[in-house]
Amino acid sequence: MTDAVIVVALLLVAASATVAVATRDPERQALVLSVLGVVLAVLFTVLQAPDVGLSQLAVGSAVTPLLLLLTVRKVRRRPRRKEPPP
Amino acid sequence: MNRRLRLWLVGVGGAGLAALLVAACLDLPRFGGDRHPYGDRAVRASLSRHTANTISSVNFDQRAFDTLGEMSILFAAVLGCVVLLRQTRDEHRDRPEPAEVARPVRGYALLVLPVALLTGLYVIAHGQLSPGGGFQGGVVAATALHLLYLGADYRALERVRPIGVFEVGDALSAAAYLVTGLAAVLAGTAFLTNTLLPYGTFNTLSSGGTVPLLNAAIGMEVACAVVVLLARFLDQAVEIEQDKGEGEVRAP
Amino acid sequence: MHVLPYLVAVWIFLVGCYGLATSRNLIHAVGCLAVCQSATYVLLLAVGYRDGATAPVFSDVKPGSRPVVDPVVQALALTDVVVGATVTALLLALVVQVAKRHGTVDPDELSELRG
Repeated sequence: MTDAVIVVALLLVAASATVAVATRDPERQALVLSVLGVVLAVLFTVLQAPDVGLSQLAVGSAVTPLLLLLTVRKVRRRPRRKEPPP
Repeated sequence: MNRRLRLWLVGVGGAGLAALLVAACLDLPRFGGDRHPYGDRAVRASLSRHTANTISSVNFDQRAFDTLGEMSILFAAVLGCVVLLRQTRDEHRDRPEPAEVARPVRGYALLVLPVALLTGLYVIAHGQLSPGGGFQGGVVAATALHLLYLGADYRALERVRPIGVFEVGDALSAAAYLVTGLAAVLAGTAFLTNTLLPYGTFNTLSSGGTVPLLNAAIGMEVACAVVVLLARFLDQAVEIEQDKGEGEVRAP
Repeated sequence: MHVLPYLVAVWIFLVGCYGLATSRNLIHAVGCLAVCQSATYVLLLAVGYRDGATAPVFSDVKPGSRPVVDPVVQALALTDVVVGATVTALLLALVVQVAKRHGTVDPDELSELRG
């Protein structure tokens, strides 16, 4: 029973990691990364590591995606220069 | 180097790396095996020092010097961000316009904020007993504070977190970790050895010798670090604008 | 089952590396690096797992009554998660600086600028 749960969690992690890399738009990628963070936290809990799961839940699903989204916003807001500066 | 050649190189290198890694995996001890010599010793050492959460004992007692290194990375990364994201001369601050947030969302954010903040502090305080500790609780507490941005507005958030105070707090907690380590030296043992305080009663809040102290220092450090980091990024994303003139003058 | 967790860690790492190498946007590249980092957590915890064991926390388990998983690798992964996030933040700060100075976050355009 535990083995089955671990296998499912592992496959979910592998799938969401692949989707996170395949998502080329950084805004959407941040959301997929936060899903990856939650799935990783579940996997760590199943692997009997509640400490790591807790820290992954706080960091992976909240802080990292938030930082990525703030960076996207900052970079998008700038008008793009058409020609390279001399 | 053009794009095609580079992709080809990545493919060859990646295939080689994949083959080596898979070969290494096949030779690793099997998943779920019963032989964990280091783990067993760590558990024994932790129990002998009355620390119920073995992971805290490993982090703040048996490998406290390693955690000092991790903390220095954290400190240096925050310092780097503060330097990189400061307001430069060709930038100015704009008042951010208040955005529309649905009323239920606002209410919920304000309701959850104290609960999340308290949870973070609880997780820090009980690091030596239950799963959790300074690293996790610090992040939770710092993130909880930012619910105020959702619940009220940016000005309110800026009022409750004077960045200067948190920067000082970051440095102070890093210093507190070092001082606790040096106190052990003054007491006549090695740096960061857990012999300074009595080990206390197993499974109570004050058990584990210096583990709760180091844990609290790390909790404060991580909380301050995350607050400062998010504040700098929020500043850049919401407030700081590049002056219109400068950029166009430099462009040809 | 005996090697599946290790192979999953290898897969995540390689996928992250592929994303890093083919990325057209530095922010996306930083996200891919975060994916690579998570491979190390999966590998570490997989090495420390023990069948039928419980978490190494003795606040509600009598010491010695049940086998526990390896706490050393968990401590390594735990600090890595939090410190990794601040390093991600530092990289993102560098991306913001690159965008300010050069007006683009596409690595290919950036190397053209330099050359």
